[in-house]
Amino acid sequence: MRMLDAIRELGFRSLGVVAHLGQLLLFLLSILRASLLPLRPRRWLEEIWGQGVLSLVIICVSGLAVGMVLGLQGYNTLVRFGAEGSLGAVVGLSLIRELGPVLAALLVTGRAGSATAAEIASMVASEQIDGLRMMSIDPVNMVVAPKALALTAVMPALSTLFILFGIAGAWLVGVGLMGLDGGVFFSSLNNAVRFEDDVLGSLLKGLIFGALIGLMATFRGYHARPNAAGVSAATTSTVVVTSVAILIVDYFVTALWGFQI
Amino acid sequence: MPAPDADRPHVVLDRVSMAFDERPVVDGLSCSFPRGRVTVILGGSGSGKTTLLRLVAGLLRPTSGRIEIDGTDVAALPESALAPVRARIGMLFQGGALLDSLSVGDNLALPLRERTRLPEKRIAEIVAARLDSVGLDDRVARLLPGQLSGGMLRRVALARAILLDPEILLCDEPFSGLDPISVKRIELLLSRLNRHHGMTILIVSHHIASTVRLADRVLLLLPGRAVAGSPGELRASPDREISGFFDEDLDESLEPSGVATRLDPLDAEPRADGSTPG
Ligand SMILES: Nc1ncnc2c1ncn2[C@@H]1O[C@H](COP(=O)(O)OP(=O)(O)OP(=O)(O)O)[C@@H](O)[C@H]1O
Ligand SMILES: [Mg+2]
Repeated sequence: MRMLDAIRELGFRSLGVVAHLGQLLLFLLSILRASLLPLRPRRWLEEIWGQGVLSLVIICVSGLAVGMVLGLQGYNTLVRFGAEGSLGAVVGLSLIRELGPVLAALLVTGRAGSATAAEIASMVASEQIDGLRMMSIDPVNMVVAPKALALTAVMPALSTLFILFGIAGAWLVGVGLMGLDGGVFFSSLNNAVRFEDDVLGSLLKGLIFGALIGLMATFRGYHARPNAAGVSAATTSTVVVTSVAILIVDYFVTALWGFQI
Repeated sequence: MPAPDADRPHVVLDRVSMAFDERPVVDGLSCSFPRGRVTVILGGSGSGKTTLLRLVAGLLRPTSGRIEIDGTDVAALPESALAPVRARIGMLFQGGALLDSLSVGDNLALPLRERTRLPEKRIAEIVAARLDSVGLDDRVARLLPGQLSGGMLRRVALARAILLDPEILLCDEPFSGLDPISVKRIELLLSRLNRHHGMTILIVSHHIASTVRLADRVLLLLPGRAVAGSPGELRASPDREISGFFDEDLDESLEPSGVATRLDPLDAEPRADGSTPG
């Protein structure tokens, strides 16, 4: 009987997950459908600007810090094999392929994703969303779609910014502190990076993570319970669920993108 | 717009049930709201008053039953087909529900910009006129909703609700959390809208004093049943569960004594002689 109960519980849980994924898919479709009619270029620009500015400082600072740590660790390891000349390649590739998109996405989730979920959820709680519906203004078109699209659009840019600051950080440590030759640093980076695999793959990851953050944050906010507890639940769950989803999706994108080329 | 038929009720609920997570909140409710009258909905906390207003506005879909507005069953319409019905309904939300990110003026202009093709100049005139009609001057238009006092916010929200001249006005606790003077102001505005514009008004309220002054009819939501009648009838009912709602005036007893006399100039019994001050 115990066993049966456990199996039944498992069944219910899986059904719940499937239903949730279904809801998420329907929400995505409603965003896509509502995003164009009417077109609101001004709202989009406002949101792109707002979301970008929100995360700009933490992206730059974190990128620099991560790059400096990578520079230090990389130099100390490579120097044992007499390969410190490859520091640029090692740091650059790990940033471009993995750390840039993933860490930037986690930071954007914590900053802009949580802010988006909280903002929409509090619009639900204070009946602003219902107020729009009473005026026959589609809240998905006016509020949700611009935010989701803005997060998608700014992520590749923020990820690239993170990578650039990261490389700058590694350069500071390797060249500035450890006395590596600047020309060697950049030529090893230049020789190692391939545009189609590495750079395009990096941008693609940024785009996919951005869409993921945009979808999850707006979904959690829009379906929040209409009270203060609902707002905080939406905010927390956005950060937790989206962060885990980013790490899982990262594996699959890496695997598929790698095999395809 | 169908020709208004004065004898038919404006809003009719026919065996409407509503459940949240299988828990019934409204259970087989049938009632009607007469055209051009003020109906106050009373009931204990959690009795489903807000839910009832949201059902009439089409913001919630009933689990079963019909909700007719001018003969159209709104419960059967999809969200996309509700626009023409909603154009005839104004809703005053409890917290105002103004968009935080827009100024008061932009909040009021929003439905005009979205729903009409009026030039900006005309929109500005309408906004100013509406603000004036709720007793606020033009300077308020530049403020953000967060910068307004509770009473001003409620009046701006009322201005937005009546912006497109609705036939039906739904008000969720329009007096709650307001000082006595603001209560009187809102009360006068509502009574003026009803008498001068013939608006059908549904008010959810705990404010018994205002209820008795404003209401043509009262709908009382009790556990398992609903009772409708004039305030006088219900107050005189032998059923203690019904009349009990009227004997203890909590709102008044909370106000410092003497407020009523100091309010006299505004408190000119708006319904008594047909003239509204202000
Ligand atoms: N969106 C919702 N999801 C789940 N339950 C809800 C929802 N809206 C309302 N309820 C429940 O329905 C019941 C009635 O709520 P409603 O807001 O209509 O009551 P009310 O009469 O307006 O009460 P109050 O006087 O406290 O405002 C409450 O128990 C509430 O918890
Ligand atoms: Mg309520």
